[in-house]
Amino acid sequence: MDFLTALLRAMPGAVGQGLIWGIMAIGVYITFRILDVADLTVDGSLATGGAVCVLLTVNGCNIWIAVLCAILAGMLAGLVTGLFHTLCGIPAILSGILTQLALYSINLRIMGFGTDAGTKASLAVSVNDFDLLVSSRYIRDVALNNPILLLAVITAALIAVLYWFFGRELGSALRATGANPNMARAQGINTNFTTVLGLMVSNGLVALSGALLAQYQGSSTIDMGRGAIVIGLAAVIIGEVIFSKLFHNFALKLLSAVIGAIIYYVVIQFVLRLGLDTNDLKLLTALVVAVFLAVPYWKGRYFSKSAKKEAGRHA
Amino acid sequence: MLEVKDLRKTFNTGTINEKVALKGVSLTLEEGDFATVIGGNGAGKSTLLNLVAGVYPADSGTISIGGQDVTRLPEHKRAALIGRVFQDPMMGTAATMQIEENLALAARRGQPRSLRPGITKAEREQYRELLKILDLDLEDRLTTKVGLLSGGQRQALTLLMATLKKPKLLLLDEHTAALDPKTAAKVLSTTEKIVQQDHLTTLMITHNMRDAIAHGNRLIMMYDGRIVVDVSGEEKKKLTVEQLLALFSRASGSDEADDKLLLS
Repeated sequence: MDFLTALLRAMPGAVGQGLIWGIMAIGVYITFRILDVADLTVDGSLATGGAVCVLLTVNGCNIWIAVLCAILAGMLAGLVTGLFHTLCGIPAILSGILTQLALYSINLRIMGFGTDAGTKASLAVSVNDFDLLVSSRYIRDVALNNPILLLAVITAALIAVLYWFFGRELGSALRATGANPNMARAQGINTNFTTVLGLMVSNGLVALSGALLAQYQGSSTIDMGRGAIVIGLAAVIIGEVIFSKLFHNFALKLLSAVIGAIIYYVVIQFVLRLGLDTNDLKLLTALVVAVFLAVPYWKGRYFSKSAKKEAGRHA
Repeated sequence: MLEVKDLRKTFNTGTINEKVALKGVSLTLEEGDFATVIGGNGAGKSTLLNLVAGVYPADSGTISIGGQDVTRLPEHKRAALIGRVFQDPMMGTAATMQIEENLALAARRGQPRSLRPGITKAEREQYRELLKILDLDLEDRLTTKVGLLSGGQRQALTLLMATLKKPKLLLLDEHTAALDPKTAAKVLSTTEKIVQQDHLTTLMITHNMRDAIAHGNRLIMMYDGRIVVDVSGEEKKKLTVEQLLALFSRASGSDEADDKLLLS
């Protein structure tokens, strides 16, 4: 009974975190599913978003402007990865790793801006002193300042805007680039441009997620993005496994990534309550993602083989 | 319409895999010319087409289309002038997108992509009418994902996409080679219909000598990176497979010119 009450008490927190990471998962969906690129920039750009947002906020900047700047910083990171990939011909995965590594130093500098040392591994921002958009403090309140409310509104708005965008000429060109770059170029689409654009949009969303996460937990830290890509992938895959038969509309597919993120955090709460060590979480996440990525491959490989054999026998 | 001058291309220069693919090819197509290109494996047919399309740059030589020098233009910019159908049915369409989405992408070839709608209602009606021409029952499946179509359906759709916005030059790279004979014949007759109707300047590679003779007003044969035979007009109309083989052995200076080399 205690276990259940504890789990129930943890649910609002799981939903709040899930919604924040859901925005990140939408970013991952854009690169991984639409553009067909595994972009590892996100581990860095998530922390960049947090760092920029907190730095500006503690220096007296309006919170909305701080969040906007965080998004722009994330887009800049995406631009760098995109240029590494398209202009310099570096494989996409490696381009992302390079940017991510560079961002580690940059994030330390951002958070240490104005200090004597010049670098800092974390930067606190208290909801007592600043007018933050979301804070975990009010997560169980039945009031308008409950972060779940605003997060749900932001998520819905983002999905609406992205749905609109990917139905436009430019958005369609971006989808075509991921679906078949040869065909896209033959139809006059500058695939370098669309790839860079996709990476910018994706990392802008990831940085937004980082900015919200930093406010939510009351600080930005240098390692807040570690393994973010895997969590994002987990959310995308969980969403697909559960909803792929149900959701065919593009907006619903984005929504399923968000729900996937929420489910991920609910499950995390569950296994933590069961006694799993927090330090083992990343191991568990990595294993879960590996299994879910492997299953479709195995299905295609072994199932179709046996199917062929069957057909051969009957022929 | 197409003017190619002394085009040369070598792959893997300076390695043991060095392959001289084109050894100076010059070719001029007049507006409305429908030229078939034939030749054995490694003759340079696909290299020629890919250079014209801008898939990779030429080592030397110039290419101009409709009077515009495109030698240094990137592939996506040349696409404004060129419609293409590939040998591999998977290559010309986006499998995860709908039929109408693929057509809408093709309808915007050569235009800057903006935030205007990706497809409009009027377009849908237009596509439905156009798909009827293919006679493949696709007109009522506009929202079907292209990945669910057969190879022949995909090639026919790619053909429609390549010509939806009338190109200055249509490039067909053995676009029926991967299809079964019946489907191949259908796609080829659709090709003929569209090319005639829109009076398109066309370059069609084929492995099939009979097809090369039956279609177009001009026949080009390539061998070892060069154009060795170029017949047109009345001469082309009267051409037979036997004559073609004789032409080939004379031009290539070898006796091994049997149909094994050229297929048929």
